[in-house]
Amino acid sequence: MADADVLVALLYQLADDELVIGHRDSEWLGLAPHIEEDIAFGSIAQDEVGHAIIFLRMLEELGEGNADDLAFLRPAADRRNAVLVERPNGAGTYLENPQFDWGYTIARRLVYDLFDGVRLEVLTRSSHQPLAQVAAKIRREERYHLLHHVTWFKRLAQGSDESRRRLEEGIAKVWTDVGGLFTLGAVATSPIFPATTQDLLDGWMGELKPIFAAEGIAWPSAPLMRPPLGLDGRRGQHTPELGALLEAMGEVCRAVPGASW
Amino acid sequence: MVTEAAVWAALTDVKDPEIPPVSVVDMGMVSRVVVDGDQVNIDMTPTFVGCPALEIIRRDVAARVAVEPGVGGVAVRFVFDPPWTSERITPQGRERLKTFGIAPPMPESAGGLINLAEVPPCPFCSSHDTHMENLFGPTACRAIYYCDACRQPFEAMKTV
Repeated sequence: MADADVLVALLYQLADDELVIGHRDSEWLGLAPHIEEDIAFGSIAQDEVGHAIIFLRMLEELGEGNADDLAFLRPAADRRNAVLVERPNGAGTYLENPQFDWGYTIARRLVYDLFDGVRLEVLTRSSHQPLAQVAAKIRREERYHLLHHVTWFKRLAQGSDESRRRLEEGIAKVWTDVGGLFTLGAVATSPIFPATTQDLLDGWMGELKPIFAAEGIAWPSAPLMRPPLGLDGRRGQHTPELGALLEAMGEVCRAVPGASW
Repeated sequence: MVTEAAVWAALTDVKDPEIPPVSVVDMGMVSRVVVDGDQVNIDMTPTFVGCPALEIIRRDVAARVAVEPGVGGVAVRFVFDPPWTSERITPQGRERLKTFGIAPPMPESAGGLINLAEVPPCPFCSSHDTHMENLFGPTACRAIYYCDACRQPFEAMKTV
């Protein structure tokens, strides 16, 4: 596969992971357990969507089309985010009877951020200099997200019986999708992305296992990369919930074509 | 012909849209100014990648430099090399942040991780008797603290 194709495939994965998790983060605004968390999730969402914008602009420069159109109008089958990040925060929707799940959210955010950190470290070694440079910058910002999610993970683990039970239920639910973070889809291991699926897994486990161990949380026995893998988001396979998310995200863009905001 | 020094001087007129006393030069956002005949090329480095003020800053910079005598065209580009860090804020910028009620960023701790035990002094009363209220604040680059001495909430620039 040509380097240019690897770069494009990689940028779609990066942009789509960040855009979709950022949107899920934004859905906590006004619904988080307390007002400080509304602010935290609002700020984290803004960071993640901002990272997506950078990757989408790189795609625009590579001739893939207008960045806003790529963000708002691209159909679900063309999205390359992992399924884990598109799962709803819980039952209901933002507007109708949201029964969001804080335990699941914290578990998902922690495992995703650690994965994202491992992937960003790989990107800092990419032969594509603009990508390596932006990855170095994003890593500095992500420290704040990770600190936030680790803090909450510990708090839920050490809180009450209920908080621990809900965290553990969240972890079990996360585990059904987590392997999908590590599949590379059309991204070949190459100077542009100098890592394999196994490298990513090893790096991620190296970070997460000590956090689980410190809280006495058992490492789930379910295999990470269960064969056959469920839906592979890196190949455009998604849940109906991604369609609903994209519909909400692109509503204004479709209602008023050409509007600037 | 416009000089690079004149462009830098003009840039001190362009303020951070979210922190009006502080210019983009004070913030350390201007990486490079290159004058080529009547064309001015400016490289800027974003404080945070997702900062929504970037397009406003780009517009304000281009508009201000365009009215300098001898300037024909202005191109503003955002670059990430070198990355912006909170160390880039100038001593003057740090003082001006305080006038807006924002504590300047703490130095980066040795381990590279954020050191929550180190709190910034209050920008209003200079007391060190402060504590963090929220790692996140009204903008991506700011966190929220509270001063236990003068009982004022205040913000601090994140160390990044």
